[in-house]
Amino acid sequence: MNAVLFASDLPYWLQSIFRVLGGLVAVLLPAGTVVYLFLFKMLSFMQSRLGPMEAGPYGSMQLFAEVGKWLQKEDIVPANAQPEARIFKMAPLIVLASTFLLVVVVPFGPDALFTDFETGIFYALAVSSISVLGILIAGWASANKYSLLGGLRAAGQLVAYELPMVLAVIGVVIQAGTMNLQQIVVAQNTGSMFGWDGIGNPYVLTQFVAFIIFMISVQAELSQTPFDMPIAESELVSGYMTEYSGFRFLIFFIGEFATAGVFAMIASILFLGGWGVPFAWFGWTTIDSVDNWMNFAGPLILFAKMMALVFFIMWIRFSSPRLREDQLQRFAWKVLIPISLVNIMLTAVLKVAF
Amino acid sequence: MSEFLRSYLTVVWFGLAAFLVAGLLLGISALIRPNKPSREKLLTYESGVDPVGDGWSQSQIRYYVFALLFVIFDVEAVFIFPWATQLERYAVFGLVEMGVFVGILLLGLVYAWRKGVLRWV
Repeated sequence: MNAVLFASDLPYWLQSIFRVLGGLVAVLLPAGTVVYLFLFKMLSFMQSRLGPMEAGPYGSMQLFAEVGKWLQKEDIVPANAQPEARIFKMAPLIVLASTFLLVVVVPFGPDALFTDFETGIFYALAVSSISVLGILIAGWASANKYSLLGGLRAAGQLVAYELPMVLAVIGVVIQAGTMNLQQIVVAQNTGSMFGWDGIGNPYVLTQFVAFIIFMISVQAELSQTPFDMPIAESELVSGYMTEYSGFRFLIFFIGEFATAGVFAMIASILFLGGWGVPFAWFGWTTIDSVDNWMNFAGPLILFAKMMALVFFIMWIRFSSPRLREDQLQRFAWKVLIPISLVNIMLTAVLKVAF
Repeated sequence: MSEFLRSYLTVVWFGLAAFLVAGLLLGISALIRPNKPSREKLLTYESGVDPVGDGWSQSQIRYYVFALLFVIFDVEAVFIFPWATQLERYAVFGLVEMGVFVGILLLGLVYAWRKGVLRWV
């Protein structure tokens, strides 16, 4: 599978430019759709109001209006943060960069992928923690008590959710026998359940416990509402974002929702079969026999699965109260981690037995 | 350069692209945004009242025991991943081996739990 992003006969620099452009689309398009569809519209409908209606039909151009507005806002660095102005200004970029690094491993089709890492999911888990570094830097550099507390809470949250997430993924890795995300997709779509290959073998069925644990961890990773202690508008005035204004604030915001999109993509690759449809439907057997049109249909299928998962993430976000930091810590260490360790052993026993 | 290293080079390009795109938008923003600092505007925000004391106030990190445990378990996860990919080949031997490994770890977690360190001090 050296034909990465259908551009194998182009010179390397041109391939790289195409990949980067593809990556931009893969980060910004889900982020924009998620913000408009869920944050603007779904939240409004759930609160019995219409949401943005003026810019474009049903307010669909609202995002462009927002970006235009934020571009004109003053970029304030508080006097106390002036000595650290350079890292204060850089912190949002680090958060955004972590999202871009994360999308590198996501496969969108049989040949439509940016890279084909053997250790794909391992890399994704490692890179996803970089955003917390950016948040910690932002919290410290703001020279504000609220921000510092928010940053420290974000770090504490990482300690809680990262392990259940990693351990939940191990269940999938055991079943697929590989860490390569592309091969995990293929393993699910060529799989069969008790000899029936009608829907392949999506791991959401066999690894349901891991799926639930993973989604809870994603909720905490994205600091969406039951676990939004680092942001906590009502007690920490948006935590690490308190002192940010103008476009730097918007970069934090884009980063948050782009990461939501990319994490939902990774979750749908791990548990819902990713870009693929069950290969038996079209008589495919291996990755090489997949028809070329899947390179175009694949991204759409992945996008649909991603939107379904983001819908659940946002639904929970809009309809739950905030937990305390120690409650999350206790929940993670006393419930999620023991369950996921048991899940690993159970999966391993069943894998060896069958 | 080998295919392997090249695919890791892509990671570098993506990281640079993030900084480039954000930098470009910030550059556009710098051209059109106003810049009128005043003393009140640059004051640290503390819910509208005058800030008290230094910005970098001391605070107790209450989760340091969890952080210590986290390091142990995170390293353990690094060991489990390669085993998980090769389980089919190791079969029962690998299963027993990992059972012992995870068992000891769980024992450690139970020990920490019983000692009462798994709580917010």
